[in-house]
Amino acid sequence: MSLFSKQNMEALKTPLGMNNPVTVQVLGICSALAVTAQLKPAIVMGLSVTIIVAMANVIISLLRNTIPNRIRIIVQLVVVAALVTIVSEILKAFAYDVSVELSVYIGLIITNCILMGRLEAFAMGNSPWPSFLDGIGNGLGYAKILVIVAFIRELFGSGCLFGIQVIPAWCYEHGYINNGLMLMPPAALIIVGCIIWYQRARHTELQEEQN
Amino acid sequence: MGLRQFVDKIKPNFEKGGKLHAFRSVFGGFETFLFVPNHTAKSGSNIHDCFDSKRMMIMVCLALVPALLFGMYNVGLQHYSAAVATGALAAMPAFWSVFGYGFLAVLPKIIVSYLVGLGIEFTVAQWKGEEIHEGFLVSGLIIPMIVPVGTPLWIIALATAFAVIFAKEIYGGTGMNIFNVALVTRAFIFFAYPSVISGDAVWVATDSIFGLGADIDGFTAATALGQAAVAEAPAFDMSMVWGFIPGSIGETSVVAIALGALILLGSGIASWKTMLSVFVGGGLMAWVFNQIGNPENAVAMMPWYQHLALGGFCFGAVFMATDPVTSCRTECGKYIYGFLIGVVAILIRVLNPGYPEGMMLAILLMNLFAPLIDYYVYQSNISKRAKRAANSK
Repeated sequence: MSLFSKQNMEALKTPLGMNNPVTVQVLGICSALAVTAQLKPAIVMGLSVTIIVAMANVIISLLRNTIPNRIRIIVQLVVVAALVTIVSEILKAFAYDVSVELSVYIGLIITNCILMGRLEAFAMGNSPWPSFLDGIGNGLGYAKILVIVAFIRELFGSGCLFGIQVIPAWCYEHGYINNGLMLMPPAALIIVGCIIWYQRARHTELQEEQN
Repeated sequence: MGLRQFVDKIKPNFEKGGKLHAFRSVFGGFETFLFVPNHTAKSGSNIHDCFDSKRMMIMVCLALVPALLFGMYNVGLQHYSAAVATGALAAMPAFWSVFGYGFLAVLPKIIVSYLVGLGIEFTVAQWKGEEIHEGFLVSGLIIPMIVPVGTPLWIIALATAFAVIFAKEIYGGTGMNIFNVALVTRAFIFFAYPSVISGDAVWVATDSIFGLGADIDGFTAATALGQAAVAEAPAFDMSMVWGFIPGSIGETSVVAIALGALILLGSGIASWKTMLSVFVGGGLMAWVFNQIGNPENAVAMMPWYQHLALGGFCFGAVFMATDPVTSCRTECGKYIYGFLIGVVAILIRVLNPGYPEGMMLAILLMNLFAPLIDYYVYQSNISKRAKRAANSK
């Protein structure tokens, strides 16, 4: 089987759209609410999750035939916890400001449902290379939603992008006011809801059957 | 040519095959607005009241008129009093310029709220090929009445759009919403733009409009509840009942709201059970706080009748808590629902100094619980009857 066979590419691509971990599987919502008030932490969070899911997927996939079924969750958790600690330490060493901003949320990647979900659903039953692609795909699918939400929230909530003022001063002089609701977590929930709404309106096959 | 003939004459254009068929729901909306529709059931037996929801909405709008007119007058009064107090004007003008100023200050808000809200409703109805619902008739009038006079029009437009889309249309339109649409509008403004709806610089208009009034610099006036939250509560006097105090446009006058309440109760639209129990709950809670007695908390020490007269309590109790869509449907549930609104409103006022007024949040919270209350009322009734049936065997 070639490295970039159709099946492998699908593992990489579907999480970006039709099987997005946030908008379709509705996983990892908590961190999507917590870290998306600004773009920078959202991007760092998205990349961290991407790296951790990909590496955890590879490691678990390598171990998958040796892990006793009864303790597999503990093994998965140990692997994820080790990776999260490494990423957290790297951030502290090289991007201290961002790591302070993200505070506990880097540590809480351990509890991100996307990780355990991918390990259980994919890595436990597939070889390392497809698992790696699946991890990258899901991580980026998560990051994509985070970036969209953070873009809207930072633009309308504080008039900035990446901390740089983009809404010109004359708007404020004419009575424009930043939307404070955008800085609160409920705004992220509403925006994620709108993205899900848009996606399901465009792809009717995603809609649940009415009973 | 009478209006009826005119409507009948242009009607074929909007029917299937007509050239204006695309606008059939807009036409239908206006036709039923003007005339009681004569649709009759084709099969089965139906008992139907001719008092349909459009007439009902119009009655509520009528009930809102006293509070609205008084609100306009009060906007002018507050403005001119401030102008006289700061020396911008020498003396108070005649009644009609006071009212005229308030009218000109409030009218744009009403127009914007209706334009945005009805615009969205018409578009959605047209798009889905449904009839236009009449629910926004009332919400659109209430929205300008529950904001301070200083609220910018674009914020009203944005908040109205938000509320109509996210509190109404996504739940399925009129009659399907969980939360009161007008209150969601206010809540949106409250959380998104707190600077235009709280504090002490927004309650009195400080600009001249078309030559009426005067430009006043640096005048601030807190609402009575706002004063009580940060310092001392003003002593109770009759101006709080008549409504000659700063506040949101339509909420200040207990008397004008009482007139509206009479119309609502007399026509049987609002439930007296909900209305009464809101006042009982609020009065009781305020009395309990008086008895506990905490001299450091001025809001807690305010007598119960002052609590009920100030802020949006009356307006909320009469026009918002009784909303037939978002309140409880069961008769017993209405008592519980109203009582808890009163209790929670006073709780928020007293215990959270960040929110001087708790009525909005109390009603929204109880909107959320209304279906649950109904469910338990049904369940208890079912089990009561089951027990009775078992005993009679």
